Amino acid sequence: MKFQEKLLDSFIAFEQDIDLLNPIHTDRKDALKRFEKQGFPSKKDESWKYTSLKSIIQKNYSLSSKSDKSVELRDVKKYFLNDLDSFKIVFVDGIYSPFLSKTTHDGMDICVLSAALSKDKYKSTLKKYFNQIVPKDESLASLNTSYTKEGAYIYIPKGVCPEDPVQIMHISTGNQESIWLQPRNLIIADKNSKVEIIERHQSLKDHSVVTNSLTEIYAEKNAFIDYYKIQNDLNTSTLIDNTFISQQRDSNVSVHTFSFGGKLTRNNLNFYQKGENIQSTLKGITILESNQHVDHNTLVNHEQPNCESHQDYKGIFSDRSVGVFNGKIMVKKIAQKTNAFQQNNNILIDNNSKVNTKPQLEIFADDVKCSHGCTVGQLDKEALFYLKTRGIPEKEAKALLTYAFANNILESVKTPNLKRRINSLIAKKLGVNLGFDL
Amino acid sequence: MLEINNLHCQIEDKPILKGINLKINKGEIHAIMGPNGSGKSTLANVISGHEDYEVTKGSIYFKDQEINELSPEERAHEGVFLSFQYPVEIPGVTVTNFIKTAINESRKSKGQDEMPSSEMLKKIREKASLLEIDSNFLSRSLNQGFSGGEKKRNEIFQMAMMEPELAVLDETDSGLDIDALKIVANGVIKCSNENNSVLVITHYQRLLDYIVPDFVHIVMDGKVVMSGDKDLAKKIEEIGYDWLKKDNS
Repeated sequence: MKFQEKLLDSFIAFEQDIDLLNPIHTDRKDALKRFEKQGFPSKKDESWKYTSLKSIIQKNYSLSSKSDKSVELRDVKKYFLNDLDSFKIVFVDGIYSPFLSKTTHDGMDICVLSAALSKDKYKSTLKKYFNQIVPKDESLASLNTSYTKEGAYIYIPKGVCPEDPVQIMHISTGNQESIWLQPRNLIIADKNSKVEIIERHQSLKDHSVVTNSLTEIYAEKNAFIDYYKIQNDLNTSTLIDNTFISQQRDSNVSVHTFSFGGKLTRNNLNFYQKGENIQSTLKGITILESNQHVDHNTLVNHEQPNCESHQDYKGIFSDRSVGVFNGKIMVKKIAQKTNAFQQNNNILIDNNSKVNTKPQLEIFADDVKCSHGCTVGQLDKEALFYLKTRGIPEKEAKALLTYAFANNILESVKTPNLKRRINSLIAKKLGVNLGFDL
Repeated sequence: MLEINNLHCQIEDKPILKGINLKINKGEIHAIMGPNGSGKSTLANVISGHEDYEVTKGSIYFKDQEINELSPEERAHEGVFLSFQYPVEIPGVTVTNFIKTAINESRKSKGQDEMPSSEMLKKIREKASLLEIDSNFLSRSLNQGFSGGEKKRNEIFQMAMMEPELAVLDETDSGLDIDALKIVANGVIKCSNENNSVLVITHYQRLLDYIVPDFVHIVMDGKVVMSGDKDLAKKIEEIGYDWLKKDNS
């Protein structure tokens, strides 16, 4: 049986476990119907031209975790930022782990979706937000919606600004040879609130895990959200990250994506600007090697006047790794005075590495400022010579230049702790000790 | 210290140096002058081991060891320093961190431990004050947004930190106003002693008023066409290079 058929057939079994009377069950059933019609995307789809899921969906996966072997804190501690006080929502093979998590309902809700679905008091919020900005024509999003069951649920009420970042961690133990995970996250920052979120997917050992994750983020008036995605998984893991962000007026949302690991990673990052004076920021550093593949597929939908968007992605590719950047900016007719900036710069370290970069601008307003640029090149030889004349060996010199190339992305990382962590990940990824505290 | 014999080199099959001879002893300051395109900067790059330049004939000896085949970093570890005409910008790496890395990599190559932080800090302060560099400057990204003068001062600061045995200064004076020129020249003088040597490459005699050379060499069309003392530089300043062209042909 093909895996796609298995997904359709297993829905009946899935229904045994959930509350069928919950209003969102209609969303699930509708989404399943759409997925049945749409199927998995193929290379025929314009936005999947350079990334193929074929070899992945030919395999078979378990859709749920069987064993409940607990994960010890010491096994996973190193993947967290070491602020002990910060809130954590941790899932092990798709199942919430209260033992590893630190959640709250005190003054804000930092908990799990299954809890929110089961309680009446969340009904109106879920009705207002759940599945409201997910486009109907994206089959992977439909697939995720149809199996909605668990994920992070974060609601930051008006004017609340938690000090520490919230960490969302998806751990895959490898207790099953192959597993298909579909976390569903809902994040709402109400008026004048501010929140910082770090999301990470981590396998504990080599095994075939595919995560088709979907995150809806709502920034109400004047809300500030900083979202960091750390993608540094083992080379046997696949991640399809579908993120949809809806912003109301005066809100400011930024998403930083650090892609250093994984076998295949596809980021579908979509911003919808629903009011005036909105700021949207999309930044990323991608450093790949061996046969890794990362695809950044972004959309910024300027639907209202006087808004800004700023995209800056840097990529560094060694061995036979492949990078894809497909950045779409839509400016509706009403969205006058839009200021949209997009930049994608890449360095190919080896002749066998490859980058496909494609800016796509659709502008229907006439008074806008839109700029875009992409480059693919090698490290500057003169710069390399300069460093070498200072006694810095080739390998370290290359690492230093690569670091310098990617550096401006890190400038906007606000949490010092996180910045240090990313810095050390980069140094480790580049395989050298630069001899100083980055 | 440095001995260059009949050095020929080319870049992409285009010959640039066509038989350079040059001998610099310990404790000496030499200057090289010459018109644009004569091969001055090429010579500086070749001494430091730039890989784009192919040495087709001749040899470079440094401290009695032939260094033709050494990489730029190996030459640096031996004690060769090149001050760049156009220093490269390295965003995200501060001046302090850069110089720390450079010094510790050189020490590593000699099997020494890293320099203790307190010693490093003391040295940085000392050399920075020599070049009238303030501490804010040291925490800026290397050369990024630096003025021409700041870049050159930073080059000489790196030289002072690395204490090379041979410093090659490639047009360190270009783009400097007179005050910056004095600071830079003063830095070079303070660092020079009987155990090291300096090779100054310049267009203008002006710098040589401050860094007074023991020898001046004129390079034209890839060869040293005349050598003399500091008065030769003054003569060039006054009457240019044309008379040498005639002499040469």
